Amino acid sequence: MIIKHPLLGPRDAAEFVYLGDASMIDRPNPNAPDAKEQFYEYGYLRDNPAGEHKELWYHEQGDRSWLVVTRNTITHEVKYVQLARDVARAKGRDR
Amino acid sequence: MRYSGFKVFLEGLTGNRGWKTAWRDPKPRSDYDIIIIGGGGHGLSTAYYLSKVYGVRNVGVLEKAWLGSGNIGRNTTIIRSNYMLPGNEPFYEFSLKLWEGLEQDFNYNAMISQRSILNLFHSDQQRDAFVRRANSMILAGADAELADEAQLRRELPFLDFDNSRFPIKGGLYQRRGGTVRHDAVAWGYARGADSHGVDIIQNCEVTGFHIENGACKGVHTTRGDVNAKKIAVCVAGSSSRVMAMAGMRLPIESHVLQAFVSEGLKPVLPGVITFGAGHFYVSQSDKGGLVFGGDIDGYNSYAQRGNLPVVEDVAESGMAIMPMIGRARLLRSWGGIMDMSMDGSPFIDKTHIGGLYFNGGWCYGGFKATPASGYCYAHLLATDEPHPVAKEMLLNRFERGHLIDEKGQGNQPNLH
Repeated sequence: MIIKHPLLGPRDAAEFVYLGDASMIDRPNPNAPDAKEQFYEYGYLRDNPAGEHKELWYHEQGDRSWLVVTRNTITHEVKYVQLARDVARAKGRDR
Repeated sequence: MRYSGFKVFLEGLTGNRGWKTAWRDPKPRSDYDIIIIGGGGHGLSTAYYLSKVYGVRNVGVLEKAWLGSGNIGRNTTIIRSNYMLPGNEPFYEFSLKLWEGLEQDFNYNAMISQRSILNLFHSDQQRDAFVRRANSMILAGADAELADEAQLRRELPFLDFDNSRFPIKGGLYQRRGGTVRHDAVAWGYARGADSHGVDIIQNCEVTGFHIENGACKGVHTTRGDVNAKKIAVCVAGSSSRVMAMAGMRLPIESHVLQAFVSEGLKPVLPGVITFGAGHFYVSQSDKGGLVFGGDIDGYNSYAQRGNLPVVEDVAESGMAIMPMIGRARLLRSWGGIMDMSMDGSPFIDKTHIGGLYFNGGWCYGGFKATPASGYCYAHLLATDEPHPVAKEMLLNRFERGHLIDEKGQGNQPNLH
């Protein structure tokens, strides 16, 4: 698989470390009344879809940036790639 | 029809005209006591033990393609019970004991060959960890035997003992481990279940669940609706897809695992050998091919094929312990989809939906578990109580903090 890094261009997937579902960007609020339940779901439950999947890849053997890769889990086709930083900021996070 | 040497002799004299098909091809009925979704190894063994041991015979097995078309025919056929944790080891030892009597039990030749499994270690620290695991195995009634370097040099002279990076210091034997002809396991269980009255319905894909007031009453399929008192999901690899139809999210990611077979060679490997400093396992099939594999590719996938970096990694690991493997040509490789769970251990449990049961999360260790998985799932379905050796394999164990994490990796499925 080739991942089109937004800053570095096409890179071999072997340069990356895979973390998993990009929903892990949305860390629950630890002060919420149901924080225990929310953190259980955040830590352990996954949608695991067959088809389009947003996922976190870390460019360990490159510029060490976190990417959100939108990829098809049936065909392995990479549809588009964003910097995780940009995705988090678009959700209203400061970084 | 029972198979026997006498029957083979008699049929040989009469032109082999008396053999019948091994199982029927029935149409789905509208009602069953229990429906099992998934006609793979675990689903068929569940049906077999339900009908044979627990006396529940009004059972339908719904398989979306042909019988045994999934992971039961895609694994590297190894059986063993060399786990450590109390939530796991008694279960896998129960499974190995069932393997030992299986062929007589279901009257089918599954070519079960207890040719031993050897886990190599490469450092003093690793030997200590293996001694601990061996003791844990022995406590659970399994067999374990530590072999030092001198013994292995005598028995397996082809190993690269003096490898400068990963010298081989010894190994942990489980002599009762070995290999099985995996397709015959599916066929034997199917034939056995069918002979006890179970309907095995192929080319019948479940497209939805009929859930009313928090209870599952039946399923919608491509061959009509089927109702049942209990619905047992057993579709490891596709668990998340199927359970999503019941509105459930699981502590599972689907990953692809590759396996490889070389050209046929004269007998070189006496048993199964695994690498201790990487992920590599190899055995030799009765046809002579070296059957081997290694790590999962490491990203979510439902494609039954992997990528080249893992092929390279597996080949390198093989070369590190037995350089002669570099002279063998690769005949074929393939991939299968694994339910990778959050702690590397499986689930055999009820769900919060009444009448809906779940079996999955086998990671890449499902094949050796086939008999015990079916037995324990059948026990749960028939009695509504978990079987004593599977009582830790519950869906809510992460909520309670009672993980069964053999490798101590935490909730990172691609590291298990």
